Amino acid sequence: MSTVTVVNRLETRFADLKKAGRGALVTYTMAGDPDHDTALAIMKGLPAAGADVIELGMPFSDPMADGPAIQLAAQRALAAGGSLTRTLDTLRAFRETDHSTPVVLMGYYNPIYARGVDRFAAEAAAAGADGLIIVDLPPEEAPELTEHLKTHGIHLIFLTAPTTDARRLPAVLAQAGGFLYYVSITGITGTASADEAVVKEAVAALRRSTDLPIAVGFGIKTPAQAAAFARIGDAAVVGSAVVQTLADSLEAGTVATDRTVPAVLGFVATLADGVRSARR
Amino acid sequence: MSHQLANSFRTGPDERGHFGIHGGRFVAETLMPLILDVEKAYAEAQADPAFQAELDGYLKTYVGRPSPLYFAKRMTEELGGAKIYFKREDLNHTGAHKINNCMGQILLARRMGKKRIIAETGAGQHGVATATVCALFGLQCVIYMGATDIERQQPNVFRMKLLGAEVRPVTSGAATLKDAMNDALRDWVANVHDTYYLIGTVAGPHPYPTMVRDFQCVIGDETKVQMQEVEGRLPDSLIAAVGGGSNAMGLFHPFLDDSSVRIIGVEAAGYGIDTGKHAASLTGGKPGVLHGNRTYLLQDEDGQIAEAHSISAGLDYPGIGPEHSWLHDMKRAEYVGITDDEALDAFHRFTRWEGIIPALESSHAIAQAIKLAPTLPQDHLMVVNLSGRGDKDVNTVARAMGVVL
Repeated sequence: MSTVTVVNRLETRFADLKKAGRGALVTYTMAGDPDHDTALAIMKGLPAAGADVIELGMPFSDPMADGPAIQLAAQRALAAGGSLTRTLDTLRAFRETDHSTPVVLMGYYNPIYARGVDRFAAEAAAAGADGLIIVDLPPEEAPELTEHLKTHGIHLIFLTAPTTDARRLPAVLAQAGGFLYYVSITGITGTASADEAVVKEAVAALRRSTDLPIAVGFGIKTPAQAAAFARIGDAAVVGSAVVQTLADSLEAGTVATDRTVPAVLGFVATLADGVRSARR
Repeated sequence: MSHQLANSFRTGPDERGHFGIHGGRFVAETLMPLILDVEKAYAEAQADPAFQAELDGYLKTYVGRPSPLYFAKRMTEELGGAKIYFKREDLNHTGAHKINNCMGQILLARRMGKKRIIAETGAGQHGVATATVCALFGLQCVIYMGATDIERQQPNVFRMKLLGAEVRPVTSGAATLKDAMNDALRDWVANVHDTYYLIGTVAGPHPYPTMVRDFQCVIGDETKVQMQEVEGRLPDSLIAAVGGGSNAMGLFHPFLDDSSVRIIGVEAAGYGIDTGKHAASLTGGKPGVLHGNRTYLLQDEDGQIAEAHSISAGLDYPGIGPEHSWLHDMKRAEYVGITDDEALDAFHRFTRWEGIIPALESSHAIAQAIKLAPTLPQDHLMVVNLSGRGDKDVNTVARAMGVVL
């Protein structure tokens, strides 16, 4: 097998934003939430709404690192027939019209393992994925996957947390690609928000160890917070707040309405305004 | 010595917690440093004779160990085959084997200076045992329990509350043990600095499967000595129920290198394996990753975890400890299924034969003994792990009988 020589969209995007002098807005939405077509319509609208990088959640039955908002999103997606196959369908459809926005698939290991890591890496690359975040795959267990991802030019993006100490960081960085995802709180997604000064110090410490762009996430809910954290790091990730906006637009908690797509994209646009106003 | 080690089934796991392809550490990064701390603290405790001495003291005077090895004369005569002994873990304080592990881990949590203990529970036996040791040492205790399990295990819920624990109902998924474990992990990740997660079975991220096994090995170690005393030799077969698999691993592990001993784990076959409504991960599942370890799991083609079913809340889990998965792969142990109906039938027969009301979990092991014993010669020595008493299950059994209490 030959290594893919196409430059990864993540590297291009972060280099461009560096030149533009601002951080990136990374949004998270769940594939298939609340149904396949609505989720695809949202994804297709994200770049125009101002998302610089798209994280596409892969629904899993047991999302143990996620708070209530994303747990419910996964349940809605699975109830509507969501699966890893459908997630890759969504990405493939998105790539029919968008060739430049980096897409990072985010989820848990079991669906990937069940599919076969080699098969998954090939299919994800063919569908147009640039990166992969697997919440429950720490660097110690990752080599069985990274070898296949490398072959297909997909970055495995690792998380570091406030609990990741200096002794452990090198193990994380050894396999990290794309960007480094700094989990700004000790907790699950969409709960508490981090203190800016603390994050600033943590990001500065990470920069001494890596040249990778640093994205800050978990607990970022408002345009002002997104702006602040995109200025501290190289990107701010907003997930639960986007997913909650979607949830609030649904009928009976599960069914998309006319408001669903515009509500989500409208919220993303306000986040993008915040991030774009925060020049460095 | 080295030759013996090379052929041993007792040397696992490797330094990162793998039993063959199973085990390991599959958790969010936030938890990794904490889990490494637990591993280090456990290794230090193991090397400290004072730790084992303290544990032995509590096991003797608080838990009531050693538990007896009881010869079931009437059951043996009724079945007309193997000579059946029961390891009486039901006689432990709190009524099940769970306390063996809780006692060990609470002493570890104290060594680590942790002030807040969290745990998941299915049948409530582990929750009760955890609440008990927290009361004993004056530690804050939060128990995660599926709303479905709270409904069917009311007496244990009340016991936990009496002991001062906070019982948090979990409503996600099928609201059983799997979902309770998800929420316990979410709590831990949010409270890493002061909280110790006291896992109740031989599953989860390394070092939990090994540590819980080590604390439960007291069951098999005692059995070996006791059988030597009464019969002057090793048993010929061991039978234990397997949900996560801690009572079974505790009985099995000390005998793994005694090749003459046949080892049988009993999974919950629920309504029957072919109905898809069961909790038999080895018989009906395939390897996957959940709750921190790789092991056999009930799952669909897409890798979504399936809901387990068993009449016994303690076996109602879609996974199994990774060392069991490895023993299954290595064919050192056999794993069979017992249905809800077979377990209930065994529950009633054993209660009348021996005057002991067994837990529904243990009733699965008894049912397998009832099947197997008549096919074996009278000099065959069988040990069944009576892992818990059935007082907690009387409501479930009454409902199955159509009796309104």
